[in-house]
Amino acid sequence: MSSGTITARFNLPLPGFTLDIDLILPSTGVSVLFGHSGSGKTTLLRCIAGLERASGHLSINGIDWQTNNFFLPTYKRPLGYVFQEASLFTHLSVMNNLKYGMKRSKGKDLEQSLEQSIELLGIKHVLNRKPDKLSGGERQRVAIARSLAVNPKILLMDEPLASLDMPRKQEILPFLERLRDELAIPMIYVTHAADEVARLADHLVIMSAGKAVASGTLTDTLSRLDLPVHLGKEAGVVLQAKIIEIDHQWSLALAEFEGGNLWIKDSGFQLNQAVRLRVLARDVSLSTEPQQQHSSMLNTLPAIVNDIATSEHPALRMAQLKVGNSLLLCRVTARSIVALNINSGSSVWAQIKSAAFIE
Amino acid sequence: MFNDANVIAITLTLKLAFIVTVLLLLIGTPIAWWLSQTKSHFKGVIGAVVALPIVLPPSVLGFYLLVALGPNGPIGRLTQALGIGTFPFTFSGLVIASVLYSLPFVVQPIQNAFEAIGPRPLETAATLRASPLDCFFTVVIPLAWPGFISATVLGFAHTVGEFGVVLMMGGNIPGVTRVISVQIYDYVEALEFGHAHQLAALMLVFSFVVLLALYTLNPTSRKIK
Repeated sequence: MSSGTITARFNLPLPGFTLDIDLILPSTGVSVLFGHSGSGKTTLLRCIAGLERASGHLSINGIDWQTNNFFLPTYKRPLGYVFQEASLFTHLSVMNNLKYGMKRSKGKDLEQSLEQSIELLGIKHVLNRKPDKLSGGERQRVAIARSLAVNPKILLMDEPLASLDMPRKQEILPFLERLRDELAIPMIYVTHAADEVARLADHLVIMSAGKAVASGTLTDTLSRLDLPVHLGKEAGVVLQAKIIEIDHQWSLALAEFEGGNLWIKDSGFQLNQAVRLRVLARDVSLSTEPQQQHSSMLNTLPAIVNDIATSEHPALRMAQLKVGNSLLLCRVTARSIVALNINSGSSVWAQIKSAAFIE
Repeated sequence: MFNDANVIAITLTLKLAFIVTVLLLLIGTPIAWWLSQTKSHFKGVIGAVVALPIVLPPSVLGFYLLVALGPNGPIGRLTQALGIGTFPFTFSGLVIASVLYSLPFVVQPIQNAFEAIGPRPLETAATLRASPLDCFFTVVIPLAWPGFISATVLGFAHTVGEFGVVLMMGGNIPGVTRVISVQIYDYVEALEFGHAHQLAALMLVFSFVVLLALYTLNPTSRKIK
């Protein structure tokens, strides 16, 4: 198999469905496996780790971990794995949990890699405690640091935030973003939460009934109209943008993306800072006129309607808009589509009520 | 306080219990591990065989062992052919019988402790580069520690307290097979109640202290039996 990619082909009959996967994932950045519970995403991750034994083939950057007649046992795979529950060893202190994998790993600079993980996850103050003396968020941060301290070639995370409440989740998400930005290794991240997809994913795989029904870059996959998994209110796209102007008087910032500029709330940005913006379909409306004079709408961009599809409710339609080189999704009523006489190819004005800054 | 015969019986009993407990931990741990991890159809059969001594009258176990290990038994012939002789009425024979008799009391607490750990710590260890054997010694045994303590105490105490199997297999040879329980039986037969009282009281106190220690130091062990 070609180097520089992760290729996975698995077949595993399970109660209810068969895991049937043929995927190529990039060897950089975060690939998110997204789907409802029972879609097979965790099983796929476990197959990649060798915790589950499916028939098939797996190679990571050109190195075979599994072929028809070869199966590298989990403990020989250079990976880091974070379970949904922290799964710390209760008989060991935090420090000895961190060192457990490190002592068994090969490679130079392991001590430094441990130091880095401790620093990255902000757990210096709990090193001498036992796991049962930690909060849920701290436990999960220790688990993540422990998986990094083995200096892995790939990091696998199985819904690391799912067992945490909202504040704990908010506590850990920034650490995960730091991991994505500072680690040079690929990460495969399983989740069923759309907000985690928007914040973390570079590549998105959508799983349903044991199959990967969509796989592509985050922007491409999210802007598809034929997504088999309905995101409902969470439907929307993610745009990569750059801050080009800051308006201190009104606390606004102008973000430039491939297709236009958007005014967003200033969250203490620096000029030229790269930002990720999430534009939900329900926050975009259409108009056949340019900017109305008496409107509170700050962001109105010229767009071409690419396609219109039915939505989860008979009153609603989902439109895919082309704005410059970017795609937006827009949720409008079927009545408005007819009233405004909008078809595929129509030129319209996209009014963007809000674009959430997500990192 | 004790006469010579009693001291000999006590020493013999402690020596037997010590050797048997060590053997039981060595033999019982792999069996407990297999039983806790296997999905084999034989799990039920093997589990039942190991547990047999709990319900079987000790005289029945002793009888079969006597027949099997005796000069005309299948194992007895084998041991004779190998030049080891036969085991009945020897200290080694007593050790063999005691190991079988106390096996469930060691296997079950350890097996329960292994099962309570669940698959997750083993998977975690595997993702942290620990081979299965490495994981067994650095994760499984430390986490199952209370089970091992229960198993050790129960195995030792149960061996000290056995009677029927000893009588069938070992007979009643002073210094070789005459353990405390047999000695008490002898005293009662001979109507020497005074001597019997001494040893009986010793056993009573010993058993109580063992169980007290087990239940207070290690409360989770209560569910084991």
